[in-house]
Amino acid sequence: MTAVAITGVGMHPFGRFDGLSTTDMGVVAVRAALREAGVGKGGFQAAFCGTAYGGVATGHKVLSRLGMTGMPIVDVEAGCASGSAALMLAAAAIRAGQYDTVVVFGTEKMPKGIIRSSFFEPWQEEVGLASTPAFFGLRAQRLCQTSGITKDHLARVVVKNRRHGAANPDAMYQKETTVEEVLASRVVCEPLHLFMMCSPNEGAAALVLRRADLASSSSAAPVTLAAAVLRSHIPGSVLSESTPLSGLAHDDAPAPTTLSATAAYEEAGLGPSDLHVVECQDTDAARELGSCEELGLCDPGGSAALLDSGATELGGRLPVNPSGGLLSKGEPLGASALGQVVELVRQLRGECGPRQVEGARVALSHTVGRGANAGVVILTR
Amino acid sequence: MRVMVREGLFTDPGTDTDTDTEPALLGSCCTNCGNFLFPRVDACTYCATEDPDPVELSGTGTLWAWTAVTAPPPGYDGEVPFGVGVVELPEGVRVIARLTESDPAALAAGQPVALRIVTLHRDDEGNDVVTYAFAPAHPS
Repeated sequence: MTAVAITGVGMHPFGRFDGLSTTDMGVVAVRAALREAGVGKGGFQAAFCGTAYGGVATGHKVLSRLGMTGMPIVDVEAGCASGSAALMLAAAAIRAGQYDTVVVFGTEKMPKGIIRSSFFEPWQEEVGLASTPAFFGLRAQRLCQTSGITKDHLARVVVKNRRHGAANPDAMYQKETTVEEVLASRVVCEPLHLFMMCSPNEGAAALVLRRADLASSSSAAPVTLAAAVLRSHIPGSVLSESTPLSGLAHDDAPAPTTLSATAAYEEAGLGPSDLHVVECQDTDAARELGSCEELGLCDPGGSAALLDSGATELGGRLPVNPSGGLLSKGEPLGASALGQVVELVRQLRGECGPRQVEGARVALSHTVGRGANAGVVILTR
Repeated sequence: MRVMVREGLFTDPGTDTDTDTEPALLGSCCTNCGNFLFPRVDACTYCATEDPDPVELSGTGTLWAWTAVTAPPPGYDGEVPFGVGVVELPEGVRVIARLTESDPAALAAGQPVALRIVTLHRDDEGNDVVTYAFAPAHPS
């Protein structure tokens, strides 16, 4: 099978940018990735764009501004994993021999205030059940019950990621915080306080993918895309990201993240013990701990001990979210998954300065959200 | 007038206190795998067998997870805070529902709860809009 390399990456920082459009931010990210890859007009044969709130022809608008159209441009919506879906499609097309070079990007400008999701039926909104924080709170409470997690653990996840994010110029929050400050922020949905939840925001990220045998001629050091997997859910869990109204009274169904990770490890021929750095979904502090368990970074129920050991901090055995995670960067749905991949490509190239994971050669990124959609990407160098 | 937030989700004995009728959630039971589902579906979520049997689910269960919503979610016009939880019913099904108790500290894992029909808000035509919720069950 044709191997796929990432030959260029680009970002528009994540944050709030009044006066900039979804298209404006996409242009910044795509232009930067094309420049790194040394690819110009006519140099790629397809483009895939992840966005959830971008609207009609988001990808076309970005590439039109750059004067690069004519090839297929596919807009992809898969909630929090929109970028993972775009990446999976692009990688599969190259592996199948359809294209040599493909541009993958995500761009997003999330509405301000409380975000309405078209996922919910009108009656669910009327009843008050269209509350994403409530589902986060319920999952967090279950994890506290099953994994011995306390509010102190949740606060320390935030402190860790914000410390990492303080060294990331692309993050929304570049200021460290303390356990006391996190626990003093208001309760949104028990056990989650405001500082334990990521901010929906704006930003863009882009990659250039190329057949690996052609990648050595590119201008940037290539990183190998060892796996790019997307999975939905197997029904059963009432608190699955598929957000059902009922489930079964047992927890036998594997989580979407576990389905995706298992397939990605198999595709890459690697396992959790081979990883050097991870970027995972931390839409709230408990989600990072749950993600660690579902990705197999620790045993089920072992995420509190993993955090306590210091393994997931920069300088630890397996740093998790060295970018600062979504808790520092914020979450622009269509761009967040590719933002993780941009971070990991830079980590594998050794370009991350004060937040560099020394000697990182194998990296994993993970996003999961409503649908369910779970994306897992493995990179090697 | 008293109107359901959506027809087909639950039964409502209304305000008639002369009857012993209890409210119930309207679910399905798969004719193949036997799993119970809520709300009613066209085919079993678990095995895809079509046309599961319509059933009324038990009105009592135990609390499995809970929290409280402190800010009004999109499209919600009622009071905050309000409780949201997961209740496990004897049929082996867990359902997401509002809770009448909005203080998480007042609730405990495994606590018995019972289905109630509660008023959400008054609509533009002056109707009381009602929905299903679970309340802590007091020993009788």
